[in-house]
Parts: sequence; structure tokens; C-alpha cells
Amino acid sequence: MLDAILSYEFLQNAFASGLIIGVIAPLLGVFIVVRRLSLIADALSHVTLAGIAGSLYLSQSVGALALLNPLYLGIASSVMGSMLIERLRSVYKHYEELAIPIILSAGIGFGAIFISLAEGFSSDLFGYLFGTVSAVSRQDLFIVAGIAVIVLAFIRIFFKELFVLSFDDEYARASGLPAKWIHFLFMIVTALVIAGSMRIVGILLVSSLMTIPVATAMRVAKSFKQTIWLSILFGEISVLTGLVAAFYFDLAPGGTIVVTSIAILLVILAYRKISLSKKRGAAA
Amino acid sequence: MAAPLINIKEVSYEYEQTKALDHISMTVEEGDFLAILGPNGSGKSTLLKIMLGLIRPSEGSVELFGIDSKQFKHREWIGYVSQKSNSFNSAFPATVQEVVAGGLAKKAGLFHKLPKNTAQQVEEALDAVGMKSCKSRSISELSGGQQQRVFIARALVAKPKVLILDEPTVGIDVQNVQAFYDMLAALNRERNITLVLVTHDVDTVTDRISHVACLNQTIHFHGFKDQLHMMSDEKREAWYGHSVRKIHHTEGSHTHA
Repeated sequence: MLDAILSYEFLQNAFASGLIIGVIAPLLGVFIVVRRLSLIADALSHVTLAGIAGSLYLSQSVGALALLNPLYLGIASSVMGSMLIERLRSVYKHYEELAIPIILSAGIGFGAIFISLAEGFSSDLFGYLFGTVSAVSRQDLFIVAGIAVIVLAFIRIFFKELFVLSFDDEYARASGLPAKWIHFLFMIVTALVIAGSMRIVGILLVSSLMTIPVATAMRVAKSFKQTIWLSILFGEISVLTGLVAAFYFDLAPGGTIVVTSIAILLVILAYRKISLSKKRGAAA
Repeated sequence: MAAPLINIKEVSYEYEQTKALDHISMTVEEGDFLAILGPNGSGKSTLLKIMLGLIRPSEGSVELFGIDSKQFKHREWIGYVSQKSNSFNSAFPATVQEVVAGGLAKKAGLFHKLPKNTAQQVEEALDAVGMKSCKSRSISELSGGQQQRVFIARALVAKPKVLILDEPTVGIDVQNVQAFYDMLAALNRERNITLVLVTHDVDTVTDRISHVACLNQTIHFHGFKDQLHMMSDEKREAWYGHSVRKIHHTEGSHTHA
């Protein structure tokens, strides 16, 4: 496998992007899960689909845009989607969760229109939906690396504020932290991670990489920092195992990555159950 | 004479065309242990939120440490403990130590890390509320009373001058409520922390407080707790009167308070 990675540029791109995504998706995912925003990640990934499908359609119909990387329009639509969700949440103050199905449906709606206009599914679109090993370009890798720099800088700079905001947002606002701004930036960074991760995991499965490793880590972690490190560890194991399996069995990496992460979750749940029953047995 | 720590001037607040507060004026001086008492829906929590700057009054103004609350920058001087059930994410994967350290976020400032002696400051704050031995435990494993003590430690760690508490004993066992108020009284007495608290535990709290404010949309009494008995029956009824209702059943009629 190592020989193949060293020999082929497409594999280098896929594995390097995968390693980066394995860090940033679960890292941001910890905050998404504890802030109960998991569904927002789903809504944004569907808005990204509209941007990708729109870009694929434009590259077919406008000659000058034939070489446009669909990731750019995907990122733009995801960021726009995050801002629209925030706007709708303020419009429906008593039904904030309504923003999610509205934006999610809008994403699928526009996505379906662009896919129809482009006259059906192409192999490109399949790759964006479920991930790809073979089509990750050097340019995609640079975009993912750029997004990772933004995410890591954001978490490093605002870690303590994000922690307080996630734990108790009323306390964060009462203590004078700029909760509104930090939340706004958080939504934009989330949109970037979703758009960046979809090349490897695929639009439809990207939110799983942000939530399943975190769900697994929460079962065993003793502290918030441990939750973060374990989420990244489980994320990396899932991405690397998933990519290797996808390469050897010619499968969509989104599927193999998510199935691996679910397998890890099941193992941890079983381990917890056995260790708890042992403890109870010892106490009895 | 030093300015009051909190000075509420003619504050009114309307929510969806309903007046929640009507021309409230009161002050909180250094060293006070003030309990704001009133029936449900009397505007107690709204008044606290206005003091904290969480909501803006429709009319009037609030001064904090002699500065208009809109211009007031030293939020770390005011510690806040909310009603546990309202805001805290109960399954949050964090240790007591991590939660209390969060209380230093504002004081450390944006773009700055927590100070190097954070662990020591956290231990001191936990010691003050009798929770030092629980510092490595998960916050979700603790009882309601223990969690509230941790939240007070989170407010204390930034060394505030005023501590504002919104119904802090909600969810705490009756046996632990006394010990909880004893701890607050000790903080007020020994550390000279000014306390403002909204509560329903009138009987339990009156032995420990110095001042009382009786609120029901408007202030019916504000002063030393020893003067509370001087409140006239009419004022007392106006203060708590709206919780007395006559309920007419189809067969006969009964009065419920």
C-alpha cells in the first residue's frame, strides 16, 4: 500500500486530504455535537450539494467555466447556507429548528434542478455524493489544507470562549463574551469544513465524520480535552481504514469510512457494557 | 460616598405588549445580601437579566459601578449563576476543573490563553464552595446541589465583586438547601462579596440576608429585612395578591391561594 501511495499522485492527494480531514472534521464535530447542532451540519452539506451541482452544470454549459473547480462554488454555497440558517433562526425566534429543514430542502431542491439541467448523474457527481479516492486533485488538497489552517487557528484562538459557549450559552453572554460573533464565525468555519471534507467522504456522509467519532469518544472520555483527542483518533482510524478498503475493493470511500466509524462505535459500546457489568459483578 | 454597585433607575420592560416591569428604581450597595422575592411571573428573572445586560430595558437605565451598563466593560466583576435547569447542558463531557476554569475566559480576554496559575485559582474557588475533592470528576456525575456549588465556584474564580444568582436552589434536595444558603452567607460575610439573589425559599433565606426587595411588576418594598414587618397589609396583598385566585367550579365554588 505504501508503495502505491508513494508511486501515484492521486493516492498521495487522497491520503493527505484524508489525514487532514480526519483531524478537522471530528475536532469541529466535538463542538457541533455538544452544542446540539448536528442537524445543521446535515443541512449545510445538502446546500453544498446545490453549489457542486450548480458548478458542474455551469462547467458543462459555459465554456469559460469548463475548468472551474466545483469545490469553490460548493464552499460559497455552504458559507451562504450557514448565514441563511442564522438569519432564519432570528426570524423564527420561537421555532429556531425550522431553519434546518428549510435550508436542507432548499439545498436538495436546487441540487435536483441543477442535476436535471445537467441531464442526470455523472461519475463526477457520484464522487461528490459519496467521496472518491481517484479524483482528488492537488488543487483539492491545497484547498483542504487551507481550510485546515483556518479551522486550527479558529479553535486555537477561541478555544476557551467556544468551551464556555458550548457548555452554557446564557452564562457566556452574561459574562460579556462576544457569543454572537463567535457563533457566527463558528458557523462559517463549519461550512468550510463540510465543503472541504466532501471530496473524500462525500456530501451525503460528511456530517457522520463530524458526529460518529465524537459519539464514540463521549462514551469513554473523562474530560473535554480527552473527548477532543479521542474523537480525532477515532476519526483518523476511520478515514485511513476506509480509504485503504475503498482503494483495494474499489468502493466509495464515504461508505467505507462511515462503516468503519460505526464499527468502532459498536466496539466501544460493547467494551463499555462488558466493563460496567464486570464492575457491577465485583461490587455485588 | 462611593457609587452603588448596581443602580437601577426607572426601569420598565415590555414583552409582547405585556408590562413585565414598571418603573423600577433600586440600588445595591457593597456588602449587601439582597433577596428579590415575588410570585411567579412578577418579573424577578427579567430584572436580573436587565442587571446583567442580557436584555435591554424598554425604558430607564442601569448603572454598574457608577458606569452606564451599555458602556460597562468589566463584566468579570459580576459573577452569575443561572437556574441550572435552564441553561446548562447536563450531559456535557467535561470535568469540574474544566468547567470552573471557563469562569476565567472573560477575565483573560479575547485572543489570550488562560493564565498559568489557572489550576491554582480553580482549586481556591472550589475550596471556597467545599468542592475541592471533586475537581477531577465529570460535571454530569454530580448531584444538583454539587453542580450548583461548582457553578458558584465558576463565578467566584474570576474574583467578582457581585454575585447574581437566579433561583440557585432549583433542583437541590430540601436537606441541602440550608447548607447551600449557609455557604452563600459565608461568602458574603468572610469575602465581602455582594450577593443578589432571586428565590422562592423565603423562609430559609430570611435568616441569612441583609436586604429584601418585594417585586411584582413594581417594587412594593426595598430595604433592610428587619423592616419588612412594617409593610402594610394592603401593600403585602398588592405584592403577592395576584397569586390568590377564585376558581369557580360548576358545582359550588372554592377559593385557592
